[in-house]
Amino acid sequence: MEIIVCIRRVPDLSEAEIEIGRDGVSLDDDDLDYDVNEWDNFAIEAAVQLKEEHGGRVTAMTVGDEESEDVLRRALAMGADEAVHLMDDAFDGSDALGTATILQRAIADRPYDLILTGAISGDQARGHVGPMLAAMLDIPMVALATELSVEGGTATVQHEVEGGLERITRMVLPALVTAQTGLNEPRYVSIRGIRKVSGMEIPVQEAGDLDLDGSQVGVAASAVTVEEIFLPPRGGGAEMLEGSEETVVQKLVERLQQEGAF
Amino acid sequence: MREIFVVVERSKDGFDESALELLTAARGLGEATVSAVLMGADVADLASEAAQWFDSVYVFDDPALAQPDGDLQSRILAPLIDREKPLVTLVPHTNTGLELTPMLSVRAGTPLIADAMAIESCAAGDCEAGVECIRAVRAVFGGKVQARVSAIPAENGVMISVRPGAYAPADTAPGTGGVVHSETIPEGVAPRRQYVETVAPDPGAVDISQAEVLVAIGRGIEDEENLDDLRSLADAMGAEVACTRPVVDKKWLEKTRQVGTSGVTVKPRVYLALGISGSFQHLGGVKGDPFIAAINTDPSAPIFGVADVGIVGDILDLIPLLEEKIRERRS
Amino acid sequence: MTPAPAAQTYLGLSGPALQLVLLILSLGAFSFIMWKRFGLLRLGAPDPRFDHLGTRLAKLLVVGFGQSRQPRYAVAGILHILIFFGFLILSVRSITLIGEAFQPGFSDIGPGYSSVKDVTALVVLICCLIAIVRRAIFRPARYRDRHAHSSHAHEAYIILGLIALLMVADAVYEGSAMVLADADANAFLPLASGASQVLAGGATGTLEVLHLAGFWVHNAALLFFLCYLPVSKHFHVITALPNVFHLNLKPVGKIKPPRHDEADLDKIEALGVEKLEDFTWKHILDFYSCTDCGRCSDHCPAYFTGTPLSPRMISIKCRDAAYSGYPIIGRRKPKEEQPVLVGETIADEELWACTTCGACEEACPILIEYVDKIVDMRRYLVDEGRVPASLQKPLADLEKRGNPYGKPPRKRAAWIGVRTLAPGDKTDHLFFTDSCAAYDPRIQETAGAFARVMTAAGADIGTLGKDEVDSGHEVRRLGEEGLFEELRDTNLEALGAREFQSVVTTDPHAFNALTHSYGLEQPVRHHSQVMAELMRNGKLDLQAPDDDRVYTFHDPCYLGRHNGEYEAPREVLDRLGLRTVEMERSRNRSFCCGGGSLYLFYEGESESRMGEVRVEMAEKAGAQVVVTACPFCLINLEDAIKTTGRDGSMEVVDLAELVDRSLSTPAAAPAIAIAGGQATPGPQTD
Repeated sequence: MEIIVCIRRVPDLSEAEIEIGRDGVSLDDDDLDYDVNEWDNFAIEAAVQLKEEHGGRVTAMTVGDEESEDVLRRALAMGADEAVHLMDDAFDGSDALGTATILQRAIADRPYDLILTGAISGDQARGHVGPMLAAMLDIPMVALATELSVEGGTATVQHEVEGGLERITRMVLPALVTAQTGLNEPRYVSIRGIRKVSGMEIPVQEAGDLDLDGSQVGVAASAVTVEEIFLPPRGGGAEMLEGSEETVVQKLVERLQQEGAF
Repeated sequence: MREIFVVVERSKDGFDESALELLTAARGLGEATVSAVLMGADVADLASEAAQWFDSVYVFDDPALAQPDGDLQSRILAPLIDREKPLVTLVPHTNTGLELTPMLSVRAGTPLIADAMAIESCAAGDCEAGVECIRAVRAVFGGKVQARVSAIPAENGVMISVRPGAYAPADTAPGTGGVVHSETIPEGVAPRRQYVETVAPDPGAVDISQAEVLVAIGRGIEDEENLDDLRSLADAMGAEVACTRPVVDKKWLEKTRQVGTSGVTVKPRVYLALGISGSFQHLGGVKGDPFIAAINTDPSAPIFGVADVGIVGDILDLIPLLEEKIRERRS
Repeated sequence: MTPAPAAQTYLGLSGPALQLVLLILSLGAFSFIMWKRFGLLRLGAPDPRFDHLGTRLAKLLVVGFGQSRQPRYAVAGILHILIFFGFLILSVRSITLIGEAFQPGFSDIGPGYSSVKDVTALVVLICCLIAIVRRAIFRPARYRDRHAHSSHAHEAYIILGLIALLMVADAVYEGSAMVLADADANAFLPLASGASQVLAGGATGTLEVLHLAGFWVHNAALLFFLCYLPVSKHFHVITALPNVFHLNLKPVGKIKPPRHDEADLDKIEALGVEKLEDFTWKHILDFYSCTDCGRCSDHCPAYFTGTPLSPRMISIKCRDAAYSGYPIIGRRKPKEEQPVLVGETIADEELWACTTCGACEEACPILIEYVDKIVDMRRYLVDEGRVPASLQKPLADLEKRGNPYGKPPRKRAAWIGVRTLAPGDKTDHLFFTDSCAAYDPRIQETAGAFARVMTAAGADIGTLGKDEVDSGHEVRRLGEEGLFEELRDTNLEALGAREFQSVVTTDPHAFNALTHSYGLEQPVRHHSQVMAELMRNGKLDLQAPDDDRVYTFHDPCYLGRHNGEYEAPREVLDRLGLRTVEMERSRNRSFCCGGGSLYLFYEGESESRMGEVRVEMAEKAGAQVVVTACPFCLINLEDAIKTTGRDGSMEVVDLAELVDRSLSTPAAAPAIAIAGGQATPGPQTD
C-alpha cells in the first residue's frame, strides 16, 4: 500500500498567553511552542499501523518553513519511510486552497492508494485542506474518522456525523480520509528515536519544481484576506454575582447565554 | 436580483434548525432572493415546507441522496452554482458540512470562509479592495482570538460555512410561498462512497475532550443521587458532564469524565464548575482559556481566582434553579 | 551385628560400586544441568560485579550467612534460619555418609559431632513439619500471589518433604543401629534415640534391612535433592549466596546505565530489555535465586493497591521463561516459538504501575534487584514508542518546556522571594526547586516557607530561575534516557555558570538525581538536613509550639530508603518539641505515597490509592498531623485526606512549613535583590 500523510506544524496554544503581533493579522510567536498538529499525529499513526499490517510505504509531506522539518522527522521516527518538504517563500501566507494546490501538485505524479491527514488543525480549525485536496485529485473522501481499516483495495471508515452518532462508510481506493482525535493511540517518539532519523535525507520541493507561481499560491493568491485579528474583551478575576438566589442565577444564565453555552 | 443559496441539512424530524439560522444570516446581507438547496430521498414534503420560508427551493430528490455524502453532494451542487451564480452560498458548519463545503468550493471555484459567527456584505465604497466583498468574523487559535476576514466574490460568488447557533432562527416566513425547482443529478455523477450503517458509539466511552460546553461537578455534589439534577442541567444546556477526581474515586462517574492532569484535557468554550474547589491538578486539564463560571460554598476557593463569573452558594439549591431558568430561555 | 553398607552386595554390585554409580549419575546430571543453566548467564549483558571484594565478602557474611533479613518475618524467618544453619551443620554428615559407602566407619567422626548432628537433625525435622503444616493448614496470605496463573507451591512441599525424609532416613539408620547394638537411649542423641524407641521391638532381620534402607534412602534422596535444586524454585539453595556476594554496590538511588559496555546512548543498537538475554547476567542470576517467598510483593504499594504489578511475579515469570526457553533436555526454543517477554509474559501495565519506591529490594532476604530491571524494560517500551497516552503529554511538555505541567518556562521563578542568580553570580546555597515547587501553588508555599527559614538563619540562598529545568529524575526512571540526558545537561550548564558552595532542595527526587546522576563537586543536601543542622548550631530562633497534636513523619522513598536519611527530619521534629509517633512501616519500610514515575499523571488501574492507604496508617498510629518532606508526598497525602473525608481531623504539612511556623520572629520578606537590578519577580518577569 502506498500511503501519503499530509501534516503541519502548528503552535501549541493551550498554555500560551496570546499576544497579537504588530502587523495585526498574526500572533506574536516569541513565546510559542510548536509541534505537529494533534489531528495529523493520529493520521501518521494510522498510516504506520496500516503499513505494518499490509506492507507498503508511508510518505509524509508538509507545506511549511524550515522549522517544519521537525514534524517530518517526527513522522519518520514513528515509522514513515520517507518525507517530502514543500518549501518556498512563495508558499508563505497561502490559504487552505493554496496549501491544497501545493499538495496536489506534489502528489499528482506519485502512486498512492490512500491519503491521510488530520480533520482540522489546532490553530485554524477550518478542516479545509483534506477535502479540498480530495476534490482536486477527484477522489472520494470521508472526514472525522474514528476507526479505519483497509481490506483488498477498499477502505472501511467509521466517522463522526451529527447528534453524537457515527456512520460506517466504504470507499474503493484511492481515497482520502481525515483523522479525528481518538482514531488510535499514537506511539511515543523518544529523543533517541528522533536522533536515529536525524540523518535521513528529506528532499525539498520548491514552487518551480511543482510548476507553481504567485498567482496560485501565497498571500496574494489567497481568496480570503485576514483584515485583522483581535482578542475578545475579557476582565480579570471572577466577577462575583451578588443578590438573592433568584437574582444571581438569572444573571448567570444571561452571561452563559451570551458566551454561547446553550 | 442577486441570489443567496442556503444549503439545508436534514435532521430526524425535518430540516435542521440551522437552515432557519442561515436564513436570518442571508437576510442580513441585503436585498436578495434566498434559495434553499435541499438534497435527499423522498423529500417532497420537506421541499414544500421549505418553500414557506425561502423564496425558492432547489430540490434534488433521489435515492442516492438518502444519506449525506459530501463528495456526491459537491459534485451535484457545483453545476447548480455554476448555472445560477449565487452571490453567497451558506452552509452550516457541521460535521457533514465539513466534507461538503471545501469540496464544493473547489469544484465551484469560490473563496471559502469557515465557521463564521457574523457575516455582512460590504459595498464597493467601504471595502479596502475597492470592490464589493463579503466580510465575516470567525474564531481562530483555539477560540482565543477572533479574526475579521473578507473575500471578494468570484464568478460563482463566495461560500461561507456558518457556526450553528451564531444566528437566531428566522421566525417570520416571507409571506408568499417560494418556488420549488425540481433538479436532477447531472449525467455521469454517481456515488463513490457506500453507506453501511449508522452507529451509536458506546455510551460508556464518552469523549469530553472535544466538548464545547462542559458542566463539571466536584465533591460539592455530596451524594450520588444528586447527580440526577446535574444531568438534567447538562441536558438543558446541551452540555457534557465532567467531574473532578474525587467523584471518579467514589465511582459516581466514569473515569472518562474526569478533567485534570491525570484525567482528560478539555478545551471547551464554556466551563461551568460546580462545587469544585479548583485544585491545580484539576485546572491543569482545562486548556484554551474558556469562559469559566463557578459556584462554590467557599468564597476563598481557588476556582474563583481563575473563573470569569462566580457565585458563593450551595449548588444543591442552585442547580435546579439554573436548569429551570435555562429551559425558560430556550423555549 | 550392624551391617555396614559398604560391605553388602546389591544386585551384584558391591557397596562402593553402587555408590560410585550413583555418584557418577547424579553428579553427572547435576553438572549437566548446571552447565545448561550457566549457559543463559553467559548470554546476558555484562555487569561489573567483581569489585570491592572485601565489602562483598562482608555482605555475604552478614546478609547471606548471617541471614540478617530473615527475622523480619518472625515465624518464617526463624524456621528458615534454623533450617539454613541446620543444613550447614549437617553438610558434614551428608558428605561423610557418602564416604561411608566406600569405607565403613567413615561417617563416625566423634561423639561431639554426632550429638550436634543429631540435635540439629531433630530441630530441622521439627521445622520442616511446622513449615508443612503452616503452609497447608494456615495458608499465610503472602504465599499466594493474586497474579499467579500457576502455582509453584507443590515444589515447596517436595523440598520440605525431601528434607524431612533425609532426617528421617538418617534417624532410621542410626536408630536401627542403636537397637542392634543394644545401646541405651541417650539424651545427647535425641533423634536417633527416639527412632530407636520406635524400632525397639523389631526383629533382627528387619532392623538390618531398615538400617541399610535408611542409609541408601538418605543417600539417594540427597543425590536426587542435588539435581532437583536447579530445576525448581529451590535453585536458590545454590545461587543465593553467590547472589548476595554479587549484590548491587552502587547507591540504591542510582539507576544502572543502559549498558555497562557502551556509554553513548545513540550507539546502542537495541535499548533496554525486550527479551531474557537482554538482562545482565546478574539479573538473570536474580531470577534463578528467587524463592517465591513473596516478601517483595508484600511490601509493594502497587501490589497492595491492586495494580497489575507484583514484583515477585516478574521474577517468577522470568525464571519460568528461562527454564522453558533454555530447557535442560532439548534445544533452545527458537525465538518465534517463545512468548514475547516484555508485552506478553510481562504486560506493559505491570511495568508502568511501579513507582520505583524500592520497598521490594529492601525486603528481599537475598538482595534481588527490581528497580533497575523495571527501568530497563521501560527503556525498551519507550524506544518502541509504547508509552501510555497519559504519560506522553507530560513527557512532551518536559521536553519542550522543562516541566511536566506544560507551563511556560519563563514563569518558573515567578513565585518566590528568593533571589534569582544570573550567570556569573555567587551564593552559598543554590536552591534547586525542581518543577513541583516552581509551578504547583501548594508546593510554592513549602518552598517559600523554606526560603523564610533560611533567611531567618541569615543564610545566603539563590535559585537558577528560569534557567532551571526539571531534574529529570522521573524521566530517567520512566525509561526516557535520551530526554533525561538533555534535561540533565541543560541543568549542568546552568549550574556550571554560577558559583555556589552547596546545593539544597526541598524535593527528594531532585536530591537523589543531583546527588547520584549529576556528578557535582559541591555537596547536595535535602532541606531536612539543612534545617537540622541550622537548629543544631542554634542559628534559628524558635519558639515552643502551642500544639499538643500528635505528629508522625512519613519517610519519603527517595530521602529514606534510597538515600538512608531517616534521622534529620526526626531531629527537626524533636527540636521543635512536638509529640511524635511512628507509623507501622516507617523508615526503610515506609509505604510509598504513590508519587514516583509521574504517577500524578498516569492513569493505571488500581483498586485503591497509595496515599489513602498511608493516611489510614497514620490515623491508626494515632497521629493528627502527617509531616512530609517531599512535594509528591504532600500532594498525595493531602488529596487522600480530602477524598477519605478526614478534612477536619487530620492535616498534612511539610517540615519546612513547621519550622517556618515556629520561627519566633517571622522572617522579614527577604530582600528581593535580583542580580542586575531587574524588576521584582512577578508573572511578567523578563
